[in-house]
Amino acid sequence: MSAPQPVGSRPPQAIGVRQPLIDGVEKVTGRARFTADLPATGALVGAILRSPVAHGTIRRLDVARARALPGVRAIVTGDECAIAYGVIPVAQNELPLARERVRYFGEPVAAVAADDVAAAQAALAAIELEIDPLPAYFDAAAAREAGAVLLHADKPGNVEREVDHLFGDVAGGLADADLVREATYHYAEVTHAMMEPNAALAQWDAERGRLTLHSVTQVPYYVHLALARCLELDESQIRVIKPFVGGGFGHRTETLNFEIIAALLARAACGTVRLELSREECFLTHRGRPETDVRLKIGMTRGGEITAVDCDVVQRGGGYAGYGLVTILYAGALLHALYRVPACSYHGVRAYSNTPPNGAMRGHGSVDVRHAFESLLDRMAEELGLDPFAVRRANLLPIPHRTINDLQVNSCGLAECLDVVERESGWRERHGRLPRGRGLGMACSHYASGSAKPVHWTGEPHAVVNLKLDFDGGITVLTGAADIGQGSSTLLAQTVAEVLGLSLDRLRVIANDSAVTPKDNGSYSSRVSFMVGNAAIRAGEALRKILVDAAARKLEVAVDDVECAGECYRVSGTDRELAYKDVVAAALEDTGTLHVKGIWSTPPETQGGRFKGAAVGTSAGFSYAAQVVEVEVDEDTGSVRVVRVWVAHDCGRAINPLAVEGQVQGSVWMGMGQALTEETRYLDGRHACANLLDYRVPTIVESPPIETFIVEAPDPNGPFGAKEAGEGSLSGFLPALTNAIAAATGLRLDALPASPDRVLAALTGLRRAQRIARTRAGAPAEAPR
Amino acid sequence: MTRHLHSDSNAGARALFEGGLRMGKRLVAMRVNNHDREDAIGDATLLLDHLREALGLTGTKRGCDGGECGACTVLVDGVPQLACLTLACRCAGHHVETIEGLASGGAAGGRMNALQAAFHEELGTQCGFCTPGMIMAAEALLRTNPRPTEEEIRAALAGNLCRCTGYVKIIEAVNAATEAAR
Repeated sequence: MSAPQPVGSRPPQAIGVRQPLIDGVEKVTGRARFTADLPATGALVGAILRSPVAHGTIRRLDVARARALPGVRAIVTGDECAIAYGVIPVAQNELPLARERVRYFGEPVAAVAADDVAAAQAALAAIELEIDPLPAYFDAAAAREAGAVLLHADKPGNVEREVDHLFGDVAGGLADADLVREATYHYAEVTHAMMEPNAALAQWDAERGRLTLHSVTQVPYYVHLALARCLELDESQIRVIKPFVGGGFGHRTETLNFEIIAALLARAACGTVRLELSREECFLTHRGRPETDVRLKIGMTRGGEITAVDCDVVQRGGGYAGYGLVTILYAGALLHALYRVPACSYHGVRAYSNTPPNGAMRGHGSVDVRHAFESLLDRMAEELGLDPFAVRRANLLPIPHRTINDLQVNSCGLAECLDVVERESGWRERHGRLPRGRGLGMACSHYASGSAKPVHWTGEPHAVVNLKLDFDGGITVLTGAADIGQGSSTLLAQTVAEVLGLSLDRLRVIANDSAVTPKDNGSYSSRVSFMVGNAAIRAGEALRKILVDAAARKLEVAVDDVECAGECYRVSGTDRELAYKDVVAAALEDTGTLHVKGIWSTPPETQGGRFKGAAVGTSAGFSYAAQVVEVEVDEDTGSVRVVRVWVAHDCGRAINPLAVEGQVQGSVWMGMGQALTEETRYLDGRHACANLLDYRVPTIVESPPIETFIVEAPDPNGPFGAKEAGEGSLSGFLPALTNAIAAATGLRLDALPASPDRVLAALTGLRRAQRIARTRAGAPAEAPR
Repeated sequence: MTRHLHSDSNAGARALFEGGLRMGKRLVAMRVNNHDREDAIGDATLLLDHLREALGLTGTKRGCDGGECGACTVLVDGVPQLACLTLACRCAGHHVETIEGLASGGAAGGRMNALQAAFHEELGTQCGFCTPGMIMAAEALLRTNPRPTEEEIRAALAGNLCRCTGYVKIIEAVNAATEAAR
């Protein structure tokens, strides 16, 4: 295996440079059109009626009075669609509009299309809805109790998925350990809170029976499939377009109910419907990281080597399946592939609950478990008198490495990441020597560069990129990869430019119009740079071959004698050359406009083992990261301030170092939000913080400097060796923070977020326990602080 | 345009609309991005809706249900204001500036100003949704304080949420713009 190399022996010119986003000018000038910005004169206004109870049976839903109101053009209910959808083909149990049963407060029940907002609001108010309440369950334990009403008849015990995975000899590993420790951890539910609220623009062409949907999605292809399914349309009659999208972080990695509702409304109204959700409705649509309980046991030798891992995870999944089974599998799978784990047992339970459905969120499935793992490692290192860095170094993977759960790791820069953050943070000089209330903590993390097995096993390649070259010499990159701000369109342009030796001025990227661009599975699990980047390289190579052949014909030399130098094609060892534009003209002779494609699929050896659930966690390349966090804890108020972060991320090769830094910083910071302030709360199933003030996303004031270091351990499968950069640094922040709190105060926090109330309560409990222990030991109690 | 579509908040909406409440319109003279205009504006129309829907200035974004996120920040007589909490007709006689007005040619285009160029080049924007509001808040700061400290930058942008960048490169972008202006 060898990674594709840049052209000839010249140094890379389009990759490895700090490239501003190719669509950045539109973003800073206000010209970028997001879905709600699209002009649609005369579009009807859509609005959704939502369930006022967390669990119940719909006794009566009467829309007659509402439909008769002036300005109301269409009303749709569950009667319009009886076909369940869901991102995982074997777990489709959600309806765009509830029928018979509602399973969470805020679930869509009916929707209206009207001439204006006032008419739509009036229609919602006039819909008569009566629901007989059922017992509702707001945590996994309550939902799983014997006798609980089943949310879904086919899921006994309200368990969506139970996973039992055993690899290696766990009992033996624990028996061989010098130290075995066990701990439990609790994680609040968090959500994406992407800045752009959900919106869709649906256009129904009544004459032709065709649908066009513009939406905020990360996965236009999955939306396309769900629309065809729920509206019972042939897929060819649907066109899905993704305009500029204001972030996603996983919220938009599956088809969301409002997208189907917008389409149903447009069809019912025989026209165009604009459906914009409020921020509150975005919180109710949710799909974030579930409330999670982890029990973890680790065995370790005196030297810090891990001998065995035993882990239980329970997730509260919300009312519908969504990505749930993948999340609970990820939590177990990514216990592996960061360190050498010789034996591991994992038991995971994903429960249904009467809360908005959970789904994928940045670091999907791995984040809470990683916090538990790195926290317990830190505690055990302390007990064994080992430095936290030494414990990580004692467990580094040999490369290449196949984990006991069949993940294939072909590159790993973790050792260098550790060296970098240890040095840059001044760890050796400062750790354990800071004044009381200040502390340094560290942790590691990793993530997949795309799942090696796709969700839909169609036999198609994982990624396709098309290039168009025409008379003007301009190259258009056509891709279905969804740029939602991460910079994927820029990366693809750089990649093609690199292969062809051209500057970005010759390229344009057209993305995400199903009528124009090739299908792509979408932007999730950090697959785009790796998979679509590889396809883009191959597309560039296909075009280069055509151009080299044309140049050879024109120059009347053998193909092997032609060197592609971008703006000119030269006969090796001579000064005979042909300008790019002349080569293009030669290439177009007799054929006209050129279209070429590049495809890529993951190598079979990276696609995992043969056990049930083996596909989840597999990847053709894993990223690695280490970070050090410095905190200041106010022991009187429990408030925690992050002073500074040092993070090193192994992205294989930084195709765009500027974007890599941005992704890593964003990941670390999003981890900080979860660790410090973010949590959803429900009061009897009602969302208690469905706005951006009560759901506390960190502001610029409390956001620390993040010193970012790129480590490059090229992966043989990656495009130019590149791996993912947008997720792997997130999960390390949480344990680095709590390890730093432990260094600052002695408190080992086992519940997140580390909000002042939690920290203060835990600190008070710790001090009390310490006083009691001292009193029992006969020592004088410390004076109260 | 209120958008609390929750079944619970429908009671208020019901009272409002069944009561047949209809507000009037008035002719409002307002300067927008250096152009004097007169528009008929509803008494209850928010500046955000006026800019986006009547004037087509969709660079100003709606990111929340009112006063939470800062994405709709515009300048009124040079002072940053949340367009989602400002009645359009209260801007009569005042100068409203949006992201579209910052480039050299105003809404017609032209070259980016120093802040726009810096946000672009330093990756102070990722998804771009918070960016117009963020840049307008920073613009207000630099007009009154051309060489702000990092603390002053943080204070000026405290009401503008970004979910992509961790704010690191936003601060770098504002710093770069001040250096470019020197």
